[in-house]
Amino acid sequence: MQIYLPIADLPVNVLLILAMGIAVGFVSGMFGIGGGFLMTPLLIFVGISPGVAVASVASHIAASSFSGALTYWRRRAIDPALAAVLLVGGVVGTALGVGLFTLLRSLGHLDLTIGLSYVVLLSSVGGLMLWESVRAILRSRRGGSRPLRRPGSHRWIHGLPLKMRFKRSKIYLSVIPVLAIGLIIGFVGAVMGIGGGFLLVPMLIYLLRVPTSTVIGTSMVLTLVTMTSATILHAVTNHLVDALLALILMIGGTTGAQFGARAGQRLSGEGLRLLLGLLILAVGIRFAVELVIRPDDLFVIRDIGAGT
Amino acid sequence: MSRRHPVAIFGLALALMLIAGGARAERLIASVSNHRVTVTPNYAGGELVLFGAVERDGATPANRGPYDIVVTISGPKTTMVTWRKQRVFGIWVNAEQRQFLDVPSYLAVFANRPFSAIAPSEVLRRQQLGIDNVILTQRVAEDYADVVADDPFRRAFVRLREQQGLYREQTNAVTFLTANLFRTGIPLPGAVPIGTFTVNIKLLSGGALVASTDTAFEIVKVGVEQFVAETAHHDPLVYGLVTAMMALLSGWFASVVFRKD
Repeated sequence: MQIYLPIADLPVNVLLILAMGIAVGFVSGMFGIGGGFLMTPLLIFVGISPGVAVASVASHIAASSFSGALTYWRRRAIDPALAAVLLVGGVVGTALGVGLFTLLRSLGHLDLTIGLSYVVLLSSVGGLMLWESVRAILRSRRGGSRPLRRPGSHRWIHGLPLKMRFKRSKIYLSVIPVLAIGLIIGFVGAVMGIGGGFLLVPMLIYLLRVPTSTVIGTSMVLTLVTMTSATILHAVTNHLVDALLALILMIGGTTGAQFGARAGQRLSGEGLRLLLGLLILAVGIRFAVELVIRPDDLFVIRDIGAGT
Repeated sequence: MSRRHPVAIFGLALALMLIAGGARAERLIASVSNHRVTVTPNYAGGELVLFGAVERDGATPANRGPYDIVVTISGPKTTMVTWRKQRVFGIWVNAEQRQFLDVPSYLAVFANRPFSAIAPSEVLRRQQLGIDNVILTQRVAEDYADVVADDPFRRAFVRLREQQGLYREQTNAVTFLTANLFRTGIPLPGAVPIGTFTVNIKLLSGGALVASTDTAFEIVKVGVEQFVAETAHHDPLVYGLVTAMMALLSGWFASVVFRKD
């Protein structure tokens, strides 16, 4: 069943896109992540231009993080004060990210930058996760007790001024690192079309010592707001958001996530991390190969519209 | 010297009569099968048919050789950028670019036989017959110019457009049904641009232009997808807000449908 994507300007098979949405939704439900870093590359691999993929996936992530955030809100697992401070940084970061995106697009380096960022981010994160989980599995095989890892003692972060009390998370710390983290996630998310949950959660846990009870719900609120504003900003500045594509992804993604969440409960923590690490690394390598091998065609053309 | 003068005047007058007579001698009449094509989003491409006739009258020289027809169809004008990739530090990046200013988004040139047989290259160039002779203005830094046909950027541009089915050239596409009646198909790819297409038909004989006429057709896209695309470009803010609302609604819907607690 072919359908024509109005902004991507490309006919695609609805069932293929739906299946991709379900598959990524399944993975994201299983690992508790947004799945943008898998969805964007998959769309690029089926021939949708990187710009359209990044912009459309933003709205897809907005949908999935909203449904997640609602669930966590009902369980009172969101820290509203922490979320609010993160958001301030997040929105600024998103605006900067969309700005850079627009600039790169006019210079003709957008596709390359998206590809390169994916290579760097995915191979490093995937490699680290793989290394960590292999070590953990080996340790448990040997029967040795796992050393209790204390959250990193980043004294300097806790010595910064402008301290604030985040009641629900029961932490007391400066707003500066919180704003900075929000800014980074918003920026990276807008440029790469990822929610950034897989970066944000470790940052909050290890750098800010946010307790696990509120960390996922709060990070989802940030993702929700940055991705919603990214959708609007991408639509206004670059006209690259494909609503039809986004809708198909949303339907597939939210359905897949439900089954993924159930499947995830049957796997051990280390096994899950190992699988996710492998997956992230594989996508990173796929991007690297694309950049290094000689393209079939050295020329590309782009329509920049009537008149000059 | 004085004897050759009247001869020269007579010769000139004869030549003028022939040219003037030639221009009036044949009339070219042509029409496309459909002047307004509505294209739905899942349009897989199609074909229009162009019919034409050459009308001769008394002024037509009796010894006029066989006719040649060249049909040039050009779509709405657009500006395109062509990038050339180059290897930098082991990765391939878009290194050099050329802008093609106000070039046809669709360009098809059809003839009844190879251009080299129709007219000398000088005439082909002057009349812009064949894709190689159509002017495609490039911007190289601050300069504007049309370049030679074998310029690498121009060649790549034409080749990529041909791959998309948007540029084409066929020298056996025009068929004469009788000595004076001809037809040709105008293939339209699925991704045909919307707007007004001009069709220019040139009648040549013995390597010289005899008559020329123009007609046009319009491509109109309809459907939800077209509406979406137009809104995205004309009301980007509304479009962005609606998309964001759609995302929130579907997220909320999913959380209600799959609610576990």
